Amino acid sequence: MKNSAKSYLNANRIKCLYIAGFVFLGISAALGIMLGSAPLSPAEISEAFHGGFNASAGARIFAYIRLPRTLASLVCGAALAVSGAVIQGVLANPLASPSIIGVNAGAGLAVTLCTALGIMGGWRLSLFSFIGAFAAVMLVSLGARRWGAYRGTVILIGVAMNSILGAVSNTITTLFPEVGVMSNDFRMGDFSSVTYQKLVPAMIIIFVVILILYTLHNELDVLTLGEESAKGLGLNTSLMRTLFLLLAALLAGCAVSLAGLLSFVGLLVPHAVRRVAGSKSSGLVGLCALYGASFVCLCDAIARTAFSPYELPVGIIMAYLGAPFFVFILIRGRGGRRRD
Amino acid sequence: MIELKNVSAGYGKSMVLKDVSAAFEKGRLTGVIGVNGSGKSTLLKAILAMIPISGGRIMIDGYPLDRMTRIGIARKAAYLAQGKSAPDMTVEQLVLHGRFPHLNYPRRYTGRDREIALAAMAQAGIAEHARKPLRALSGGMRQNAYIAMALAQGTDYILLDEPTTYLDIARQLELMKTLKSLADHGKGIVCVMHDLPMAMNFSDRIVLLDEGRILIDDKPEQVCKQHIIDSVFGVALERSADGRTYSYRY
Repeated sequence: MKNSAKSYLNANRIKCLYIAGFVFLGISAALGIMLGSAPLSPAEISEAFHGGFNASAGARIFAYIRLPRTLASLVCGAALAVSGAVIQGVLANPLASPSIIGVNAGAGLAVTLCTALGIMGGWRLSLFSFIGAFAAVMLVSLGARRWGAYRGTVILIGVAMNSILGAVSNTITTLFPEVGVMSNDFRMGDFSSVTYQKLVPAMIIIFVVILILYTLHNELDVLTLGEESAKGLGLNTSLMRTLFLLLAALLAGCAVSLAGLLSFVGLLVPHAVRRVAGSKSSGLVGLCALYGASFVCLCDAIARTAFSPYELPVGIIMAYLGAPFFVFILIRGRGGRRRD
Repeated sequence: MIELKNVSAGYGKSMVLKDVSAAFEKGRLTGVIGVNGSGKSTLLKAILAMIPISGGRIMIDGYPLDRMTRIGIARKAAYLAQGKSAPDMTVEQLVLHGRFPHLNYPRRYTGRDREIALAAMAQAGIAEHARKPLRALSGGMRQNAYIAMALAQGTDYILLDEPTTYLDIARQLELMKTLKSLADHGKGIVCVMHDLPMAMNFSDRIVLLDEGRILIDDKPEQVCKQHIIDSVFGVALERSADGRTYSYRY
């Protein structure tokens, strides 16, 4: 009786977190669409739906600026948070995240190269961005396995990877100043230059990958038991590890191709979700997607309005809000984890 | 029955097992003993196809191992690795993963799987801790949780690599009694052990490995009589007057 009551409470908590997540998502998306240097009223948004996207100035702002930007911030937040959760699980390292182990830097280098070659958007940009992210994550993963997969190794290899890839990107932007993509906005993460041409392919890929990852949540859980235990349960660990890293790289690559080098969300959101919802991957993937999307969208709305008419790169707001919150949840969580 | 015929296996070019032939039957607890580096863990990994074999043949219930899939092997034999991690999940979640090999994509645990997991937790004496995080349990309780996971796997064989490590003596004895009971109820238990008296006391059969070769494969009383343990380990093993227990003399 006691166990079933606890089980009910746990399942109930996940349900409540999902409901709260959807409410948070709705509020963030509404603020993302309405706030900006030219605030939009619900009537203007309604007008865009009924009278067409060119019906008024407000409708045009909604259709061509706010909507793609809000959608981009939502899908990027979801992608990076889920990517972080997957990478942390596969590498068995809570400090691993796309920005820390060089995955974002790999995608950033690919985007820089694409821009230098004149590829400004579409499927090719998403594809190259994914290739850059995947190459970086595989190098880190293989390096950690070859030279010892203890927790510090992964991070140290990632730090080295970040430096090398950053140096190559900087070399390209120095030699080809017209590239300009490695601007401050790109380094900090920014949604001001999102277009439908960039958004649609990345959004489709991110949506499909998150769905696939959701169906693989038991495999991800079994992988966290360790190499030998997972093999003992019949899991093809090498294949699944590569598949998970590939999917995580796809998510990170697509996010970077849209918004630049957004950091923190891939580390912060999975940790925060684990603290309240536990580590079961079924809840983790869905909740990380919801809360990651809401968090980035809200930060972008604040970035646009806090110092209006000036606009800050969203990465700055994420660091202001995210870093203290991250330290708070780490300190608060220590009490319950002394037996680790 | 798990049968090994002239099996050689190792890591890269280094051969750890050399021409090993043995049989592990259902309803029997086989203790695998040997000094460090003698190939005990490698033997278990070879049986589970976790390392490639370079010579010989392994059969599980008449099926050649090299024709079985990883899932197929996991449905036949459960494995409890040495030095297992304590992942961030509850006991129930861990035990439920024992049903993993029985599901196809997209793997979703059913009510039947939950019933089996619950029965396995009860059998391993861990049911009252089902909702607790693994990390909040003592080493002995964690080991029982992993035993429950192996039971939930529903295999005919369970292979364990030094399961009594880090446990106090009371927990070691409790665990060995559980394993013995499982063997008595028809499971084939293959257990790598370092504690010689415990291995002799609880095993139905002893396999002694030395430098990758089997020195003896016999009943504990026969192993004791032949004094091979004395020469391999440098200690004398004695059987009590009533023939029920073994102890060191050194």
